[in-house]
Amino acid sequence: MKDKLTIKNLNFWYGDKQALKEINLHIREKQITALIGPSGCGKTTFLRCLNRMHDLYPGNRYEGEILLEGRNILEKGLDLIKLRGKIGMVFQKPTPFPMSIYENIAFGLKLMGIKSKGEISGRVEKALKDSALWDEIRDRLHGPALSLSGGQQQRLCIARAIAVEPEVILMDEPCSALDPVATAKIEDLMTGIKENYTVVIVTHNMQQAARVSEYTGFFMLGEVVEFDTTEKIFTAPANKLTEDYITGRFG
Amino acid sequence: MTREAYHKSMKGLEADLQQMAALVVDAIKGSIEALKTRDIEKSRHIVRNDMEINRKRFQIEEKCISLIATQQPMAVDLRILAAIINIITDLERIGDHAEGIAKISVSIGDEPLVKPLIDMPLMAEKAVSMLERCMKAFIERDVKTAREICNEDDEVDAYYDKIYNDLVLLMIDNPKLIKDATYLIWAAHNIERMADRVTNIAERVVYMVTGKMEEMNVSKY
Repeated sequence: MKDKLTIKNLNFWYGDKQALKEINLHIREKQITALIGPSGCGKTTFLRCLNRMHDLYPGNRYEGEILLEGRNILEKGLDLIKLRGKIGMVFQKPTPFPMSIYENIAFGLKLMGIKSKGEISGRVEKALKDSALWDEIRDRLHGPALSLSGGQQQRLCIARAIAVEPEVILMDEPCSALDPVATAKIEDLMTGIKENYTVVIVTHNMQQAARVSEYTGFFMLGEVVEFDTTEKIFTAPANKLTEDYITGRFG
Repeated sequence: MTREAYHKSMKGLEADLQQMAALVVDAIKGSIEALKTRDIEKSRHIVRNDMEINRKRFQIEEKCISLIATQQPMAVDLRILAAIINIITDLERIGDHAEGIAKISVSIGDEPLVKPLIDMPLMAEKAVSMLERCMKAFIERDVKTAREICNEDDEVDAYYDKIYNDLVLLMIDNPKLIKDATYLIWAAHNIERMADRVTNIAERVVYMVTGKMEEMNVSKY
């Protein structure tokens, strides 16, 4: 299976503090890869390296390579707007803007420089269908996004990410603020979108990782302890630390 | 018959225009420097100093009107005066944008900036360079440079896109930063508008020399 992202000897520092050490990973195309591990293990830090989110804050430093289909996205002078168009992100808490449902998605498209109203409108509808929100909100597209439930808001944020047609979608604990029903809907949605997108998800919920992903990486103290197929990790992990973590012996 | 006093007045007017442009350039540089170094007193000084730019504008406009009324300038002289009347309006508005940035800096107050300013000073430097070269093109009647300056507005727009995208992403990532990130978007927007105004000035330089009015670069914003 083809690599979408290849991570080679990645190190990362917040100021003087090293948060990631010698990470080597392969993210497979059009598959879901889950990243698990105890709090502070570096999984979110790693996820945020993949679209250079750390560049928004001063004093952070990367070393090594992250290859997106062969091209190193850590190189200097890279157009980060384009990169984030290719590698979109969904955050832990739903963050709709205080505007209509339609405008929330159109806003992301306009940010990417898409001007044609016809194209915007077509893409908004497609994104809402792909994110399984269309049937619930089709008659109130121009109503306020903030009136949606938490689960619907998060699906709206996923729609906003999908609308710009990225190649990879990063999800940082997308269900941690949601109830089980809303969580189930997002999980269904993830399974639906992997036909077209490569998904990387950070989750604290190991059952979720087991349910939705094809590959799982276990992080600890800024290092990848084990990376393998989800089936292997959750049935017969090679590393004792992985086994202890997923069986609840620590964490 | 030569009209020495008239030509002297015309030259004096051009010197006044350059002085006004120098005040505006100082205001832009100062407003960004004060925002970057969080020097509130300097920001307040720039807000107060905008009155000086406004006064200069009225003074030049009155001189132009007086020359039109009393000397009946024609052909290139008429075009120079028409150009100057337009240019001082744009310069005055660019001064207002610098004042706008200074007011934003005062509003941010003692709070640290949500992110260090890296692209914004570069963006302002570009806008200042466009303005300075445009005013030189005015003196030298240099149409070629004026046209080139109009195309450079795209570079300022590209800076704005990058700053805007970064700040919106920052707000999504950390909604607590919305207020302060919005301030910085306003500041960047002020610079973006300054560069648009410089392209208006460049169009007037072209008109002054060629007699043709043309829109040379329509800003994407």
